[in-house]
Amino acid sequence: MELFDVRLHLLWSDILIFLLVASLCAFVVNVVRNPLARKRWSQVFESRIGSASFLVILFYVLIALTDSVHFQKKLEQAGDSEDVHYAPEVTSLLDLALAPMLGRDEKTYSAPFAIHSFAKENTELAEGGVIRDYPRLEHGGSHLEDDAQHGADIVVKSMTIIGWTLVPVLILLFLHHAFIKKRDSRLPWPVIYFTFSAVVVVSSWALYMSQFYHVLGTDKVGQDVLYGAVKAVRTGVLIGTLATLVTLPLAVLLGISAGYFRGWVDDVVQYIYTTLNSIPGILLIAASVLLIDVYIETHPEQFKLLSDRADFKFVALCFILGMTSWTGLCRLLRAETLKLSQLEYVQAAHAFGVSRWRVIMRHILPNTTHLILIALVLDFSGFVLAEAVLSYIGVGVDPSMKSWGNMINEARAELAREPVVWWSVIAAFILMFVLVLAANLFSDRVRDAFDPRMSGSGDKQ
Amino acid sequence: MLAYIIRRLVYAIPILIGVNLLTFALFFVVNTPDQMARVQLGDKHVTEDAVQEWKAQRGYDKPLLINGEADGAEVFIDTIFFEKSLSLFVLDFGKSDAGRNIAADIEQRMWPSLAVALPTFIIGISVNIAFALFVVMFRASIFDTSAMILCVGLMSVSGVFYVIAGQFFFAKEWSLVPISGYLGGADAWRFLLLPVTIGVISGIGGGTRLYRTLFLEEANKDYVRTARAKGVAELTVLFRHILPNGMIPILTSVVVVIPSLFMGSLLVESFFGIPGLGSYTLDAIQSQDFAIVRSMVFLGSVLYIIGLLLTDISYTLVDPRVRLS
Repeated sequence: MELFDVRLHLLWSDILIFLLVASLCAFVVNVVRNPLARKRWSQVFESRIGSASFLVILFYVLIALTDSVHFQKKLEQAGDSEDVHYAPEVTSLLDLALAPMLGRDEKTYSAPFAIHSFAKENTELAEGGVIRDYPRLEHGGSHLEDDAQHGADIVVKSMTIIGWTLVPVLILLFLHHAFIKKRDSRLPWPVIYFTFSAVVVVSSWALYMSQFYHVLGTDKVGQDVLYGAVKAVRTGVLIGTLATLVTLPLAVLLGISAGYFRGWVDDVVQYIYTTLNSIPGILLIAASVLLIDVYIETHPEQFKLLSDRADFKFVALCFILGMTSWTGLCRLLRAETLKLSQLEYVQAAHAFGVSRWRVIMRHILPNTTHLILIALVLDFSGFVLAEAVLSYIGVGVDPSMKSWGNMINEARAELAREPVVWWSVIAAFILMFVLVLAANLFSDRVRDAFDPRMSGSGDKQ
Repeated sequence: MLAYIIRRLVYAIPILIGVNLLTFALFFVVNTPDQMARVQLGDKHVTEDAVQEWKAQRGYDKPLLINGEADGAEVFIDTIFFEKSLSLFVLDFGKSDAGRNIAADIEQRMWPSLAVALPTFIIGISVNIAFALFVVMFRASIFDTSAMILCVGLMSVSGVFYVIAGQFFFAKEWSLVPISGYLGGADAWRFLLLPVTIGVISGIGGGTRLYRTLFLEEANKDYVRTARAKGVAELTVLFRHILPNGMIPILTSVVVVIPSLFMGSLLVESFFGIPGLGSYTLDAIQSQDFAIVRSMVFLGSVLYIIGLLLTDISYTLVDPRVRLS
């Protein structure tokens, strides 16, 4: 079986993200068991914006997770040697799904759905002589027998695939609506159905059309832009989640102990976060990233594959981003704990001789979860945006790693061209905007549900 | 008050030492002077002598933190950390690793930074407050809801796209302003127009939303209801009651960034090629000129600490109920 001629090669970020998913599952189980938390969360999902944005985020996370199962393909055995060799680059499950976009590189730029190259080239005619014209693309629209059918073919193919996807999706939704849906459920089903079918139709359309055209064009070296933009989803989602993973323990541990123990503990924690805060964040990040570069250069033996190097830098970047942004949450938690530990029920717990550890775990931490949760969801979109800026000024993820920041960075030169190459920057813009918008909207709903005081009045959905 | 200020300034000293230790550790412990010398000399085949000479010229040939060979206080004084980092406390920035006078560079580059940062700051806050007040005027209406959706949309666009779109349309397609660069004197406004506009626009989403929340919190208070109940006109309520009281949290929250305006914005300056302190720092990071980075980090933290102090003072100024202790 060719399919099984692979060797699993998990990168560090893969392991971390699956650990994170496992702990998220534990969190969900916890929420379902706790009636108060369940009520709060159902408030989030009962709002139309809340459930729609959650579905979109879920779709991005699914892409990121399938892109996080990496393996090396087995190479053809050379001659009669018995040694088994594996490909030096790693492939992910997502690459298998995106197979139609792979291996169909053109020579250089081509516009979305184009069948001709974007740059003129000299071609020798069969009967002698040279003409200068836009050459035909090698792969884009290569199934066409007559170039005149180009426009009609796109429309017909689009209609076909949309029809073919919409019918099963609608049947599925109808079955769900008729038989499985609970009558008393207050979830906004029409919105959920709509979002779900929109996501499915758009993604299967893009996947199907990629077999024939380059849906979002090709970049400078002729690679499919859509492929790059989708691969960048993993970078965006992982940087958002892994960096928050770093902030969380630091902020919770230091913030709560500062507020609870006071005295010298409080002084030390305050000193640490004032010091960290007073260094301009972006300077700290840039300096640390340069250090990582130096470390990688001086220790080449630790990184066997190119993707190992890129991944090490990526994990380090998440770590650095997290290290520089835990102070806000820490300060909030410290203030809240100061307030909570004055309350009567905490005093009563002390009077009964409950141990400090138990007071923190049972009485203080659960009452600060809303703060933690709101900060986490808010941070996520901040980190995704930060990646773009950092990569743009050259201290972000490794240039060999697909990311929206790197795409925008390359687009700087493309926009200065005449005529303009606009599709890579638009591709990065759309995919990033949708994710960040969904995360922002979702965090709004979470905040409304968990901290009604902050939501102001009048914008309840 | 004076005693409070002095105490706060004394507290600042350990923080600044901590900042210095951190930057020092980041640059020297992981990236040794030997490696710095090789990067600066820029050649793969640098001789050991050249490295030693480079280090000796810049005073990097001493021990990092503790000099084991010296006696008494010299153990700490005759080290790179003491000479390079602690001299910053008397604002002695010294020379950059490339041999330029840092203090003179800062003095020269401060003005372009301020020229971008100050208008962005003032116009940005005024625009955000105006928009927020306008939205609060129509609160709980369809206008309010759609304005907030628009704000979330604006917030979700990366700042980089604002810069790209601004440069592309205003500078390249319509040729209204130069794409990037800077000129001193009277012509400066042409170069400042785009960065300031972009800076203001990219802040509108988040700013308006935040200030709206603050104004709404004020609008739901008892004294506002009383004012309405006794028949004060809605506009008077808005401008006489909600605006001044809502300004208290806004003012005190923005005071902290005012001193840091001198540092300029790393991003805007590097995107628009403005020769300010932000791009100065970025260039220094990229060429690994530690002397400049160290000075800029120090300057940044001093300004931040001044900002914190100003915040506390501004609380007492705008709200007489608050006393400093």
